[in-house]
Amino acid sequence: MSERVSALRNRETGGSVQVRDAGLRGMITLRGDLSNGKLASVVKSVTGLKLPACNGVVQDGDTGIAWMSPDELLVMVAYDDVPEALDKIAKALSGQHHLAVNVSDARSVMLLQGSFVREVVAKLAPVDLHPDVWQPGQIIRSRLGQVAAAFWLVDEATVQVICFRSVADYAFDLLAASAKAGPVGHFARGT
Amino acid sequence: MRLTNHGRLIAKNRPVHFTFNGKRMRGYRGDTLASALLANDQILLGRSFKYHRPRGLVASGAEEPNALVELGRGDRQEPNHRVTQVELIDGLVARSQNHWPSLEFDVGVINSKLSRFLPAGFYYKTFIQPRAFWKHVYEPIIRKSAGLGAAPETADDHSYEHFNITVDVLVIGGGISGLAATLAAARAGARVLLVEQTAAWGGRATVDQPRIDGQDAQDWIDDTLAALATMPNVTLRNRTQGAGVYDHGYALCNEQLTDHLTQSDGPRQRLWRVRAGQIITATGAIERPLSFAYNDVPGVLMASALRDYVVNYGVAVGERTVLVTNNDDAYRTAIALVDAGLSVPAVLDARAVAGGELVERARARGIRVETGKAIAAVQGGKRVTGVRVCDQVGDGTVTEEIACDCVAMSGGWSPVVHLWSHCGGKLIWDDTQAMFRPDPNRPPLGADGAGFVRAAGTANGHLYTAESVADGFAAGKQAARALGFDKKVGAVPQGDCAVEDPMEPVWLMPANASYDKRAKMWLDYQNDVKVTDVQLAAQEGFESVEHAKRYTTLGMATDQGKLSNINGLATLAASLDKAIPEVGTTTFRPPYTPLPLAAITGVARDHLFQPVRKTPIYDWHDDNGADFEPVGQWRRPYAYPRGSETVHDAVMREVTNTRENVGLLDASTLGKLIVKGPDAGKFLDMMYTNMMSNLAVGKCRYGLMCSENGFLIDDGVVARIDDDTWLCHTTTGGADRIHAHMEDWLQCEWWDWQVYVANVTEQYAQFAVVGPKARRLLQTIGGMTLTKDALPFMQWTEGRLGDFDARVFRISFSGELSYEVAVPASQGPAFWDALLAAGEPLGVMPYGTEALHIMRAEKGFIMIGDETDGTVIPQDLNLHWAISKKKTDFLGKRGQLRDHMQDPGRWKLVGLETLDGSVLADGAYAPEDGANANGQRRVQGRVTSTYHSPTLGRGIAMGLVRNGPNRMGEVITFTKEGGGTQDARIVDPVFYDKDGEKQNV
Repeated sequence: MSERVSALRNRETGGSVQVRDAGLRGMITLRGDLSNGKLASVVKSVTGLKLPACNGVVQDGDTGIAWMSPDELLVMVAYDDVPEALDKIAKALSGQHHLAVNVSDARSVMLLQGSFVREVVAKLAPVDLHPDVWQPGQIIRSRLGQVAAAFWLVDEATVQVICFRSVADYAFDLLAASAKAGPVGHFARGT
Repeated sequence: MRLTNHGRLIAKNRPVHFTFNGKRMRGYRGDTLASALLANDQILLGRSFKYHRPRGLVASGAEEPNALVELGRGDRQEPNHRVTQVELIDGLVARSQNHWPSLEFDVGVINSKLSRFLPAGFYYKTFIQPRAFWKHVYEPIIRKSAGLGAAPETADDHSYEHFNITVDVLVIGGGISGLAATLAAARAGARVLLVEQTAAWGGRATVDQPRIDGQDAQDWIDDTLAALATMPNVTLRNRTQGAGVYDHGYALCNEQLTDHLTQSDGPRQRLWRVRAGQIITATGAIERPLSFAYNDVPGVLMASALRDYVVNYGVAVGERTVLVTNNDDAYRTAIALVDAGLSVPAVLDARAVAGGELVERARARGIRVETGKAIAAVQGGKRVTGVRVCDQVGDGTVTEEIACDCVAMSGGWSPVVHLWSHCGGKLIWDDTQAMFRPDPNRPPLGADGAGFVRAAGTANGHLYTAESVADGFAAGKQAARALGFDKKVGAVPQGDCAVEDPMEPVWLMPANASYDKRAKMWLDYQNDVKVTDVQLAAQEGFESVEHAKRYTTLGMATDQGKLSNINGLATLAASLDKAIPEVGTTTFRPPYTPLPLAAITGVARDHLFQPVRKTPIYDWHDDNGADFEPVGQWRRPYAYPRGSETVHDAVMREVTNTRENVGLLDASTLGKLIVKGPDAGKFLDMMYTNMMSNLAVGKCRYGLMCSENGFLIDDGVVARIDDDTWLCHTTTGGADRIHAHMEDWLQCEWWDWQVYVANVTEQYAQFAVVGPKARRLLQTIGGMTLTKDALPFMQWTEGRLGDFDARVFRISFSGELSYEVAVPASQGPAFWDALLAAGEPLGVMPYGTEALHIMRAEKGFIMIGDETDGTVIPQDLNLHWAISKKKTDFLGKRGQLRDHMQDPGRWKLVGLETLDGSVLADGAYAPEDGANANGQRRVQGRVTSTYHSPTLGRGIAMGLVRNGPNRMGEVITFTKEGGGTQDARIVDPVFYDKDGEKQNV
């Protein structure tokens, strides 16, 4: 097996909000009729999870499902499990219009962890991140600075960020600069 | 001078040291730079722009036009700070601006003596002739004398950041009406952000101390702030200026974070990018100057500003202050001065009668009140020494002289309507109060057609406490209700203050002042615009207020006319015999006060200025001396110079080595779109000019894409992956654009077709292995059979190539035996290393984009963006073979049938060969005899690509030439860089291996 590297090659920062490379993650773009029972059941069989609602994300360890659009999911599995998951999906949905492709290497995944993660993101993304609006379980597709990104709260102190691979360094540096500049003190008490 | 027992904001036990023009001075914590300078009796603070007249403080806030200084040194130097907005810190370094050689003695003051020769419009009149003088004489001189402060010479080493926030209600202004608005909106249940530009809350009420809800204003303010602080739905930010209001409830607020601190890390400023459901502008009002002769002498200032200095900071401008007013409010200043132990020899009230509560209070303190009086002229040069008094009605016959060292003036108040107006809020003229105020019936409109900005309090024209605080509360409540928040808001705060008599507008003092007097009445202090200048503009036909502004420069200084505009347009109205509302105002544009560009830039500077897209082996390129070129946001290696090699030589070497041995190209940036579904073939037949539905699985086909108008927009190789899946390669720049183009058609036009598209561009590292030894290289790595028969030209296969999951395309953009191999991006660096290692005995070398370009040009292959520019159709490029005649339709088909597209005289692609072997200039035109309808020289073609071909040892080029393909062998002339011409022969564009034998081995 040849050497495989993530775009960020395990980069990480220190500080009270830490930014780090989440390494290689398995990701499948699945487009299809999300109301179709076969689709839900095959996604459940590869992730062990139920389909999230609109703008939702569910996660359990290595696996997860993110709602990306009315006809698109991001199915997350362990990096090495992608070919098998794709086979399962192809079999289950054969004869039914859908598209499932491996995008694990087209993306970079980062984790932000610390006391003011919301504000680190809010400095860069033009969206409402108020705790009344954004809670764990909700995925936001927006931008960070000048690049597209999707992100969600894993818990109150952890944000998972996905961006395109080619701009991983930019997004990482941007998040690191945002974290280093410190809290804004806007979102209440440690959020 | 500093007063004892005064100054509610300063801490007299905390002395602070600073320098002004190198002179060491002392102030207190809590001072602004303005108050500290006054405390040190520094009345002269700057020079005006045009006449270099001595300038002192006029105001106490953001509206200050005169007292601009440069702060800091080196990489922290910043010009044009208003001293009124600078909080004093230890070690602060300030320098005055716009004078030479010194503030005290400035030779530029000679301009003032020449003022008769520097009238309004001087520049327009003088510098228009002779034309040639502008560039070489006038402009350099004007540039030297232009601008107030000096631009910093080094980069700013502070950091800045943005913060995005969404709120229901944004309240701009932390005075009593803003506080009341916040309270009401927050109680109703809305999420509220309240911003205040100064460090202190409460606005003017903290100085004037009316009563609210039976309390002193200060107590009410403190209680309200305490109540708001406990509400989780409220955010309060002081030192944060509402800078601009834009469409869709978007607003910018700039927070000062560190300028008031001696030591700090973290960002200097934070730009809040606010998306608000409703915006309330509670921005207060600005007092107006009066136009009397020599109203610009240092020591003349606004009455309210003087009151602020006395009450807030315990400083005064002089011992003896003459007040001149047209309203009751200014009497508060007289009272404050007398209460502070200073002398007020007289209040000159332009009104015939003055009998309000404040006037009586002043009289009761023994202050001499003279009604119907005016200032005929201020005496003094660098400082006031006295005033000449006259009647307001009449021409200014002096009745008395009063010695004084300070003049406090008040011409009434103008609501700060800037933020209301930024996004289209309209104004009405209030005749009683002689002011423009927001017209509640014509607010800025949101996407739903409803107003999204409300003005409140003084900014809404309510100058008295009771109305102002109630108006603020009502605005907060209405804003919340408009957004559906319906909790109870409680009782309206009840304000109480002195009852005032109406003001009386005074636009000229005295009413029939002579020309000589009017020529010394300053409207715009910073830009030296006087009453006579505006009158001259009107006389010379600049009747529109916008024209008069530009002709005279009124309101064009860094203060944007906060003090001068109303007086200027009243003067213009009088000159035109029009009513003030008929003349109207100039346009209010954001930001309210200048923002540093760095604040707008935020974090987007240096390496974060723009995202750089990197391929999986970017680091290898960087480590191996790649000379990068930008391709969109990608950085691609242009060439890899070795040792002392020039870039040109490197390119030549790379081409030759690829043609003779084997070369490697990082082609990862090429777009890769997966198109899948039962209708995918039908869809691609519409997208491409040629057929894609009949492409066999395992095969590749070159395709062209056109816009609806028929113009060529992209090209690339399409591979059929399986029955209902195609992989479309796009150009590097086309990946995102063509993906969006496909989604647009699928979502908006053919929504019922069963097709999905996914952009997998970045999933793969894709490398071109090119040259006669390409196959040997891949066979060395091993694992896949890639012989001519196993993988013929224009086919693809997949499998394990060595240790790698590979998809191999047998395609060629160079004319050589060529494979493009795609592996998962994470395997890219290892695969590239494997290719280099396996290729070493074969003489492998990486090549960059320029070698790629030369090789494709040698083969006559077109490049999107070189041979196309948005006006070129495939037929122009002799690509008829790639346009299906069988298909009933494809995007661009109809466009290509239009007359102009069918014109036999269109410029068409040909090869061009210089007669002497030299290289044609890029983009050169081929002129011909005669002129077109516009009198321009006629042209018959242009160069689209031009290179030195190392393979052929001479210059080669492609170009578009009128009727070109029918003119083979003809010699035409092209322009040359730097003049002259160059002859070139029209030839076949395929310069190399016309039969394609090399790529087919």
